[in-house]
Amino acid sequence: MTAAVDDKGLGTGLDVFVQGALGTLAIDVSFAVSSEVPLVMVGPNGAGKTTILMMILGALRPRRGRVALDGTPLFDDRRGIDLPVERRGIAFVPQRYALFPHLDVLGNVAYGVVAPSRAERRQRAREALRDLDAAALAGRRPAQLSGGEMQRVALARALARRPGALLLDEPLAALDVSLRRDVRRFLSERLRVWGIPTVVITHDRDDAEALDGNVIVVESGSITQRGRLGELEAAPDTDFVRLLVSGRAKSSSISDGRPRDP
Amino acid sequence: MPGALTRGPAGLAGSRGGRPLLTAAWALAMGILAGAMLLLVLLPIAGLLFTSSPRELWRGLGDPMVGPAVELTILTTSASLVLVVGCGTPLAWIIARRRGRIWRVVETVVEMPVVLPPAVAGVALLLAFGRRGLLGPALGALGIGVPFTRMAVVLAESFVAAPFYVQAAVAAFRRLDADLILVARTLGASRPRVFFTVAIPISWPALAGGAAMSWARALGEFGATLMFAGNLSGRTQTLPLAIYTALESDLRTAQSLSIVLVAVAVALLVAIRAGARR
Repeated sequence: MTAAVDDKGLGTGLDVFVQGALGTLAIDVSFAVSSEVPLVMVGPNGAGKTTILMMILGALRPRRGRVALDGTPLFDDRRGIDLPVERRGIAFVPQRYALFPHLDVLGNVAYGVVAPSRAERRQRAREALRDLDAAALAGRRPAQLSGGEMQRVALARALARRPGALLLDEPLAALDVSLRRDVRRFLSERLRVWGIPTVVITHDRDDAEALDGNVIVVESGSITQRGRLGELEAAPDTDFVRLLVSGRAKSSSISDGRPRDP
Repeated sequence: MPGALTRGPAGLAGSRGGRPLLTAAWALAMGILAGAMLLLVLLPIAGLLFTSSPRELWRGLGDPMVGPAVELTILTTSASLVLVVGCGTPLAWIIARRRGRIWRVVETVVEMPVVLPPAVAGVALLLAFGRRGLLGPALGALGIGVPFTRMAVVLAESFVAAPFYVQAAVAAFRRLDADLILVARTLGASRPRVFFTVAIPISWPALAGGAAMSWARALGEFGATLMFAGNLSGRTQTLPLAIYTALESDLRTAQSLSIVLVAVAVALLVAIRAGARR
């Protein structure tokens, strides 16, 4: 497993090479994410998928490695670079969306917008909501939203800041099955439009298919297979991939015995 | 309907082989004991409220001791509230966010004053800030004498009241979803901004409840204040100490002041309950 990223790293997109440990789990992965094709990260519970996102965001410090966005290093242990979370310009949508319960929808979306005045911040937030067909939700409280609405608001909040990359942790897992198919299509269309390097964690084969991205399979902290979903289906390398492509590795039905991703 | 046969007191007694005498005796014993407990709480409150005429109570409030004591109590409990909230909030934040064993120890130590007898708290404060205490020489060199001053009253009140606030704040901060903090930071917010715009507003009801509990405790502080700050009228004589002093000369004044404190306590309790329901 050699680094897909070299030290020149002048390309566009997100380059990730991280090594480190969380408890007994040793993380050692490298991959690159372009702005055209989303990266779909699959793997059993506790394999380290969320941990890898935390390292990209700067919430966890890898022991070694390099994280770069459009050629600019955000983390590089050899050069002593370690930008704090708030200066990395990487947006994150957690599994349960984490909308701020004390702010209305517009307040949530405007939270991260950088603009000279409050009026302009709110204007930009309104535009972001409109982009996600969620303009009508502006005055509501997060507690009054459905799962699908919460997800749109969370995405609007992440995008309103015009991030350099977008990390989505199981964006579809918290949704009803009935909603899931529509949201899946919506999300995959929008990801193409936005053109932001995006990493999406999922457990679900159908999610991976709809997102139509490059797939990496993470098991016990390492990448065990990579390629398009079709390639994985044609030649699965591990038991997990076989389960995944057969559609039986749905949310939390498979686990490698570790606790859930922290 | 099998349920009707087995449920209800009569059915239950019957199903257990029919010992109605035991059932009655049990009910009687429980009733007497519960009633005794209730009386123990209600009788003193009734005594406080119903043994004087309103006119007598009003006259009691005219005692020259009352004004300075009320003023001092408001001043010192406000100061201790500011101290407890101002320093206790950061402490609670750190305790809630750190996982190390040392912070569990710190958490326990902060709760100590809750179980400490007030007299022991008074001795402890003297041994920390008194002339021969830990900080005595340093404070003496600066020309500061803490015991038997208003400062001592504030310190005694803060010492006993702080745990109530810190405990509530730690619990509130622990309930905060870690993702909220992380997302706020990915949105460009620095640590201080996250603290003031996410952590504090979301925890606000619990923090306010803790502050009210802590203020109520400071308001009633007696033992530690008496030992560490003394009972000097107009200087360190707070309402509880004034009640104690009045008791020696005029029971009515003590009663009037007590009713004032009870009224404040009840108002606080109602406010806390209302805040918690929100």
